[in-house]
Amino acid sequence: MTNFRTLALALVTIVSFTACSDDDSATTPVNEEEVITTLTATFTPAAGGASVVLTSRDLDGDGPDAPVKTVSGNFVAGAAYTGTVTFLNELASPAENITDEIHEEAVDHQIFFQQSGLGTFGYADVDANNHPVGLNFTYTAAPAATSGNLTITLIHLPNKSGVNVPAGDITNAGGGTDAEATFAVTVQ
Amino acid sequence: MRIYFTLLAVFLAGSWCAHSQTTLSGRVSTTQNQPLDGAHIHIDNLHAMSLPDGLYTLPNIPAGNHRVVISYIGYKSLDTVVDLYHNLVLDAVLKPESTQLQEVVLTETAQAKSTVHEDRLKAETIEKYSNASLGDALKEIAGVSSLKTGSTIVKPVINGLHSSRVPVISNNVRLEDQQWGTEHAPNLDINSAGRVSVIKGAGALQYGGDAVGGLVLVEPVTVLKDTLFGRTILTADSNGRGGSITSSLHQGAEKGWAWNASGTFKYMGDRQTPDYVLSNTGNREANFAGDVKYIGTNYNLQATYSFYNATIGIAEATHIGNVSDLVRAINNQEPSVIRPFTYKIGAPRQEVQHHLAKLNFNKDLSDGGTLALQYAFQLNRRKEFDLRRGDYANIAALDLTLATHSVNADWKKTIDNSTLKAGVSGSMQHNNASPDTGIRPLIPTYDKLDAGAYGIYQHAFSSSLSSEAGLRYDFSHMDATKFYQKSRWNSLGYNNGQFDNIITQDFGSQWLTNPKFTFHNISASVGLRKDFGNSLNLLGNVSLAMRNPNPSELFSDGLHHSNATIELGDLRTQKEKALKFSATLLKTGSTFSFELTPYLNSINNYIYLSPTGVEYTIRGTFPVYKYMQTNALLAGVDLHTDWNITSHFKHSLNAAYVSGTNTSANEPLIDMPPLNITNTLRYTVQNFHSLFAEVRSEAVFTQTRYPNNNFNADVPVDGVLVPTPVNISTPPPGYHLLHFTTGMQFTLGKTLAAVNFSVNNIFNTAYRDYLNRQRLYTDEVGRNFQIQLKLNY
Repeated sequence: MTNFRTLALALVTIVSFTACSDDDSATTPVNEEEVITTLTATFTPAAGGASVVLTSRDLDGDGPDAPVKTVSGNFVAGAAYTGTVTFLNELASPAENITDEIHEEAVDHQIFFQQSGLGTFGYADVDANNHPVGLNFTYTAAPAATSGNLTITLIHLPNKSGVNVPAGDITNAGGGTDAEATFAVTVQ
Repeated sequence: MRIYFTLLAVFLAGSWCAHSQTTLSGRVSTTQNQPLDGAHIHIDNLHAMSLPDGLYTLPNIPAGNHRVVISYIGYKSLDTVVDLYHNLVLDAVLKPESTQLQEVVLTETAQAKSTVHEDRLKAETIEKYSNASLGDALKEIAGVSSLKTGSTIVKPVINGLHSSRVPVISNNVRLEDQQWGTEHAPNLDINSAGRVSVIKGAGALQYGGDAVGGLVLVEPVTVLKDTLFGRTILTADSNGRGGSITSSLHQGAEKGWAWNASGTFKYMGDRQTPDYVLSNTGNREANFAGDVKYIGTNYNLQATYSFYNATIGIAEATHIGNVSDLVRAINNQEPSVIRPFTYKIGAPRQEVQHHLAKLNFNKDLSDGGTLALQYAFQLNRRKEFDLRRGDYANIAALDLTLATHSVNADWKKTIDNSTLKAGVSGSMQHNNASPDTGIRPLIPTYDKLDAGAYGIYQHAFSSSLSSEAGLRYDFSHMDATKFYQKSRWNSLGYNNGQFDNIITQDFGSQWLTNPKFTFHNISASVGLRKDFGNSLNLLGNVSLAMRNPNPSELFSDGLHHSNATIELGDLRTQKEKALKFSATLLKTGSTFSFELTPYLNSINNYIYLSPTGVEYTIRGTFPVYKYMQTNALLAGVDLHTDWNITSHFKHSLNAAYVSGTNTSANEPLIDMPPLNITNTLRYTVQNFHSLFAEVRSEAVFTQTRYPNNNFNADVPVDGVLVPTPVNISTPPPGYHLLHFTTGMQFTLGKTLAAVNFSVNNIFNTAYRDYLNRQRLYTDEVGRNFQIQLKLNY
């Protein structure tokens, strides 16, 4: 009987010693390298002049702080603009340009411009399947002065051949939103 | 007198003689193969005696699951449980009692019976779910539902509770497989199970004191007769266009070496709803389990190893980015991703591996007690892949390795009409959250130490009244290493100085912290079992359970992609305490049997996820769910009946209802299973190849009691952010499904073969289930034809 108690104790002891796991270094913070912190849409007037720059910057990513949005100026009624959208991860140092990744995986991404009455948006780029991407676009401001909201959405893995999706309608796009920013803009 | 319940030899062989009711027959002999004349065989209130040649026959046994006791004075009794659905042969070899005839028995000693009731799955049911999962099979027990993520990730829900509240004990080892996650199914192969049972409530203190909901006990196949036999089950399914094969070999022994080995492969492609393909819902499994046992005169030593390896596709349509996507998904009714059928599994998917190795030693002590020692090591690797951009596409978004060492020592002794059980246990656990994912881990790296001790005393006041009382103490210490974004740290209110002492380093935008927790828990149970005669028994139990907050309740901190929610744990979470009152009224009759279990579970500091607001990020808007604590009351009743209408027709009923209330907020608890009623009508022709055909009707009602967590979110409509109601709370309508199964048995030489054919969801009904986490996105799977071939050799 005593033997078995000893055996039991011995077993427990051996196990306890072998069980001591080495402390692996979890002391490196994970810097989310994939996250988008900054969306910038730059509108360059075809007729020359100052560009309009819309920026949404969220330096804590999915954290609780809300993104900070800036609009550099107003659009000119009836004017034509060529535009670009860029994405950055400013949590990485130096800041990482996510735009290149999106460009490389253009078939898996599409940018949508949602608005009402601000004018017309058109895609100025296509992916390998001849579907629009939206990193480059055109914008013609409404003929009369107005103001409203413009929402720019980057969708990862949309159904790019869904109904009206190539025309820029997000309704049937599916996929997952990687970035979404709404700006209050004015056409004057 | 001392009563040993040492099972020595059981051999079950199916036979299909023409009898209107089932008959148990066989031969009782000694280890020297001498027949035992006058051995006592009893099942419930039916008795038989063996003849001079050792043969016995016990006729007129109602079909069902029965406890069989075969005893002979001076010999150790055989006490086992058999599924009797057709005539069985049970040969018993009784071993001499070491203290043979030292005492003269004049009065019958009452034997203490456990007051804790176990609901056991029939072997036939376990085999039926060979190509499915443990969670699917457990649904056949009244009061057990399933919490699903899609169609392949299935967690058991016992009386409305799941995950950390329902520990799974596999082969006497508490499964440590990151069970806290609602989308983490138990990591075990149902085909390695010989016996699966459920204990509702925390009454079984030897397994732990924190089973607020209940326990699932899974035990492997054991063969106690000197024989080698094998089993193979082949299953083919139309929905998912795949199947599985499982094979096992068992070498039993009365003494000396015995071993078991089994393996399973599963290969399934995309499932299909009545209207569309559920893209990326295939799954694969490759599992192995084996053990070697040496049986000595009064001891046995066993080494066991099992490996579970699964890849599970998650419907791609459920991966969304933000609330705008969620609103579009809810409104569109059809998932956004529907592609042609494929076997390919892309992202999102889970890759899970679970290793379990254990050594155990059982010894019959010279004073009549038994001692069991066990060491177990478990390694659980979980990788979850998400739809990611660029180089990250092939890097897991979640990569956790959980290693657990555990030791147990259990002692049991019966003196007269009392049984005493006592034991100690200890475990060490290390979780490693890989930083290589490039995503801040939801569950941090941590170390955990547990130690516990229990004592259970069972006493029989008379042959019809038994009682049981148990007490358990548990110690737990956790030491974690976690990074917090400073903005999150502040928004959680941790910056009030309370937690300054756990900050160990400043990493710019993040704090490195070292939270530590220590818990001392007491759990207890008392129970009574009264036999009213006529096979009518009443069991009453009161149990107190304490459960520590799990890692996700303490540390969750981030975006949950499939729900588009930000989930936040809380370092201030307290342990949960549950007091459960339950009663079971059992009646086993030859024509009618029933089991009625009403219960009341009052939970103090019940931990639940509650919506607390909305956060804006560059990805869009997200509702925030925080782990909160409240007081909760769960009241419900489970009913199971079996009715042998004629010798050919049998009706079975399962019904369960639970009402869960958040008593502090006076609102219903979320995710409570709605009223469900299952009726089964089975037609059997014993004397024609054990032919059976059964129709099962499964009715699940609409859950009308739910907390309204619907919220308004700003969703862009034509560029304008419009506050849009997001209906995430309203349960889907109830549904009714019909299933059909038929089967026959054949003998091919020494092989017993059975062929089953079944149709699930005969009418291809489109439905959604309240307890499926993907119910906002997709319908449940549609009709499935299944053919199963079982071979016993």
